[in-house]
Amino acid sequence: MNWFELITTHSPALIVATPLLAAFLTPLVSRINDTVRNIFVLIMLSITGLLVGILGYDVLTNGIRTYVFGGGSTVVTLPSGLVFHVRIIFEIDAMSIFMVFITIILAIICIVYSLSFMKKEDGLDKYYTVILLLIVSILGMELTGDLFNFFVFLEISCITSCALIAFWVHKGEALEAAFKYIVISSIAALFFLFALGLLYTQYNALNMAAIANAMQANSIQFGLLDRVAFVLIIVSLAMKAGLAPMHMWLTDAYGEAPASVTYIIIGATMASLYGVFRVCFTLYGGIFQTVVISSFSIGWIIVILALVTILIGVIMALIQTDFRRLIAFVAVAEIGYIFLTIGVGLTTLSDPNMIAVGQTAMQGGIFHIINDCLDIGLLFLAAGAVYYATKETSLNEMSGLARKMKYTTIFFLIGLLAVSGIPPMNGFASKLLIYESTYQLNPIISIIAILASIMLLAVFVKVFYSAFLGPKISKFENVKEVPKSMLIGMGVIAGIIIIFGLFPNIVIQYLVEPAANALMSNTQYISAIFGGV
Amino acid sequence: MFSLESLLETLKTGSGFWNPIVWVVAITIIFLLVYVLRGLGKKEYKKETGQTQAFLSGNPEYEKELMHVKSSNMYWGFTETMKSIYTVLKKMHNGNASDYVLWFLIIMAVVFVIVGLV
Repeated sequence: MNWFELITTHSPALIVATPLLAAFLTPLVSRINDTVRNIFVLIMLSITGLLVGILGYDVLTNGIRTYVFGGGSTVVTLPSGLVFHVRIIFEIDAMSIFMVFITIILAIICIVYSLSFMKKEDGLDKYYTVILLLIVSILGMELTGDLFNFFVFLEISCITSCALIAFWVHKGEALEAAFKYIVISSIAALFFLFALGLLYTQYNALNMAAIANAMQANSIQFGLLDRVAFVLIIVSLAMKAGLAPMHMWLTDAYGEAPASVTYIIIGATMASLYGVFRVCFTLYGGIFQTVVISSFSIGWIIVILALVTILIGVIMALIQTDFRRLIAFVAVAEIGYIFLTIGVGLTTLSDPNMIAVGQTAMQGGIFHIINDCLDIGLLFLAAGAVYYATKETSLNEMSGLARKMKYTTIFFLIGLLAVSGIPPMNGFASKLLIYESTYQLNPIISIIAILASIMLLAVFVKVFYSAFLGPKISKFENVKEVPKSMLIGMGVIAGIIIIFGLFPNIVIQYLVEPAANALMSNTQYISAIFGGV
Repeated sequence: MFSLESLLETLKTGSGFWNPIVWVVAITIIFLLVYVLRGLGKKEYKKETGQTQAFLSGNPEYEKELMHVKSSNMYWGFTETMKSIYTVLKKMHNGNASDYVLWFLIIMAVVFVIVGLV
């Protein structure tokens, strides 16, 4: 085995281990000086990105990868005769690698943006340490094939996110938002843990493939414990992802955290959303493909909640006057679009005549995950740039910033066009897939989704006019464009948005379609895992 | 790697299609046409004359800074019409963590009932 094969083999572990090592070394490296620390963090994340590239190439060419931690015996037998499976397994398919790819993009841009944005703050050694730990937890959630392991990473993401939301500790609002976040996250995590207990009681396993396999072997029944566990997991993760009416923590947290923190917390939110995809289609996919009435009903519940999310998001965004809180409500609406595709996918899963519609919806939803991260992320970074330059978050107090901050204005414009689904931006391509697939399920859903998208444009017309256009005002006389590292961070995202918008077929063909196929056919996932173990 | 054909490929959406490159070419041609038509317009416009001053029924023009429409004044008609909906939604977003948890429990109960019945 040469060194490249060795790295490829161990890349799943190294992807988590590299930022984890960096997190613990950062306080030590900070003792040298800030510049060395910043370079160190960037290098470690770039190495992680390289490893993601290597693993991604391997998964997309050779199929699902498994990585088993620990050697020797796979099980421990207690004196009572009870057998425990002690090994943790990472299971990486196209969907996992798609999410990891998004996370590493977010992570690197977050750090680049932070170099200037957080420069004047104290306690940056702790900031970078906690950011790296958050990145570890997100990557872990996306790579693991073990439900308990997922829970552990979920908990790490909750604690680190809470610490980061409260980073501006001198602000009462930031502390309050962090408190709400940890309360909500802890409750969701407890219910999630309870559900794991139920599944473990039922199937004596915590590995997702093992549970899915046992469910299918169990005469394809959707029994009481399966139902209870399903509801507990889905509702908990949906709250962590920001599904209405459980989304209120999200607007508080996104609105009060530093922009760079909000940007990476979007990744944590998407990891919870990934959990919903995984549970609905990989864990329970076999049941939903055969128990027609269950998948249909559950699909429709999710569709209705998704529509409520979209509408609440845009309607509330329209009346916001705080820049970041407004974008947070738009983020809620965008999450609604992704949930809509999960609902459509579930509704059509058991109907052979509609499966193609579900497949298109899933492609739209998965494509929208990356678009949402890029578009909403860019808007948050632009709002952060405005705050950095003006120390102002109220839209009522802003005017004429385009005269002083040309590049930020252009980046914000690109972000708003993308998030509103204006062609030829990336948001249009994913929303087109969503509109067309939902139309075939029920035209009214599609009409509501399109109207909400138009309202999103109206929301951003208001923001763009009140903040960037209009006359210059005296208090912004000395406002200057933000430093280069912040512009580079925003510029890279804007560039990716344009490339994804102009060539959506490439993204769909190489990233989105394999991810959607991986979710829709859970038998491949199960057989690949059991072959690997 | 990516061939030119795959870069220019049309995205099939099931019942429709989308090709951004064709769209960009079309919109560029339209913009060029608009620019040419604009160039054919009148050229007697004079800067720094009465032509550029706003006419407010004879009232004096305020400072530009004061003329800017504030964010909270926009879409006044829409928000006024939707007042009843906004009253409900604002009550929902009261910032109370206990209420956030309550919504979580309500949704969980509703989903439990529906999933239990099917």
